[in-house]
Amino acid sequence: MSVLVIAEHDNAALKAATLPAVAAAAEVAAAAGGDVHVLVAGTGCRAVAEKAAQIAGIAKVLLADDPAYDHGLAENWAPLIVKLAANYSHILAPATTSGKNLMPRVAALLDVMQISDISAVVSADTFVRPIYAGNALATVQSKDPVKIITVRGTAFAPAEASGGSAPVEAIEGAAAAGISEFVRAELSKSERPELTSARVIVSGGRGMQSGDNFHLLEKVADKLGAAVGASRAAVDAGFVPNDYQVGQTGKIVAPELYIAVGISGAIQHLAGMKDSKVIVAINKDEEAPIFQVADYGLVGDLFKILPELEEELGKRQQ
Amino acid sequence: MKALVAVKRVVDYNVKVRVKADQTGVETANVKMSMNPFDEIAVEEALRLREKGIVSEVIVVSAGVPQCQETIRTALAMGADRGVLVQSDAELQPLSVAKLLKAVIEKEGPELVIIGKQAIDDDCNQTGQMLAALLGWPQATFASKIAIDGERAEVTREVDGGLETVAFKLPAVVTTDLRLNEPRYASLPNIMKAKKKPIVTTTPAELGVDVTPRLVTLKVEEPAKRQGGVKVGSVAELVDKLKNEARVI
Repeated sequence: MSVLVIAEHDNAALKAATLPAVAAAAEVAAAAGGDVHVLVAGTGCRAVAEKAAQIAGIAKVLLADDPAYDHGLAENWAPLIVKLAANYSHILAPATTSGKNLMPRVAALLDVMQISDISAVVSADTFVRPIYAGNALATVQSKDPVKIITVRGTAFAPAEASGGSAPVEAIEGAAAAGISEFVRAELSKSERPELTSARVIVSGGRGMQSGDNFHLLEKVADKLGAAVGASRAAVDAGFVPNDYQVGQTGKIVAPELYIAVGISGAIQHLAGMKDSKVIVAINKDEEAPIFQVADYGLVGDLFKILPELEEELGKRQQ
Repeated sequence: MKALVAVKRVVDYNVKVRVKADQTGVETANVKMSMNPFDEIAVEEALRLREKGIVSEVIVVSAGVPQCQETIRTALAMGADRGVLVQSDAELQPLSVAKLLKAVIEKEGPELVIIGKQAIDDDCNQTGQMLAALLGWPQATFASKIAIDGERAEVTREVDGGLETVAFKLPAVVTTDLRLNEPRYASLPNIMKAKKKPIVTTTPAELGVDVTPRLVTLKVEEPAKRQGGVKVGSVAELVDKLKNEARVI
């Protein structure tokens, strides 16, 4: 039996979130035996499949090219994966909003319990996963014949995107459910790196006071080539869109450097960023819980500190 | 149409959980329990749809220990019409809960099911999707806006890149994200009124559902603690440390 990874993509490019899932799959395959295959389902997505074939350690890419698989509708994808499941011991997907939407539907159709958001592979049937916003780590063993798994991207070093040359095999789709339709997407456009794969993240919280003030953060982010994130409080207040949110129910990130500005450090925010390598906190309240996890804390008025930081970083670059 | 909302009793979101010394789980004795915050949003949305005249009745379901009655009462105090408790002392995993909900739904016949996108205890994010699969219904997860026009629903979802809107014919399962609404507080008169609203109790056996867990928790540990670092005095010192000590810029 082999291990299958569901690739995440937009029909044009493979998303970076796929690579840590492949890395987790490789660990599973090493424990369980078998090869790692990747499924690329979509519309006009052969280029993505060719790209996936280059990922190091992949034995085969399955390409399901069909209009029904456009926009990743779980109702249509699930029957396809259920059909493939007979050949696999484990099926993994990134724990992104797509993976989280799709995989429980697959699991229920197979009558198995999904193992959500794993952060380590212990053996072929045993995995570690964070619970209670990462305040506890549970080691769980699955008794199901096929393991349906979502993978926490920050917990696995991404597989190499090149070096492999797996064959691409076109497969027949399964009958699509056709009970739902995609209407539209309003995706944020940004020149900056994606939050979940950025090396540096500058995040703002309620202390930013308004969405307009986020340009102060953006200037600092531009000096560092960083992504811009936000706390739930800042998103709820309408300062920035929902896809900026870092935390238990937003994005889980672990960059080399995380700069938290005007963020107090609620448990649910810490859950999304406490695995960052270096954390900097800038806050006017020296009692703020964020300082308990920060490597470097700077107490003061962010509206003074941010322009100074931008200038200082500019000086060092010259 | 009827709307059915599922609510879970969880450790209150303000409680700092402690891992038990014997590593069997998290301490829940003498800890404040509340309704899962995402489920509160689900209750609120069902009530708003009723207030708009789209939904005629809001049924609240919870599965678990007898104290889940309190969670149902909270929803009734917010304004829901009646409750169903599926009582069980067993550990109920999302697949089991989805099967229990399916059994209740087949009796009650709602056309809209609203559930929190995830519970803040096990952070699984599965039940709504599983329920939709078992029923063969469309699903709209992580909803930030629900628009219903006759039999057709259009739901805006919070996805990694921004927002996405999907449409389908009811019946369907919708799971809630944070921005869908801000749940109301129950007023004192409504809390009193809720005490008289009916709650029917049933069991997994009565519903014919096998709830044997498929995942066995071998141990629960505390994660490695992050040590707090140092406070720096100036921006220049901060940049210097990031460059020369941490070497991250």
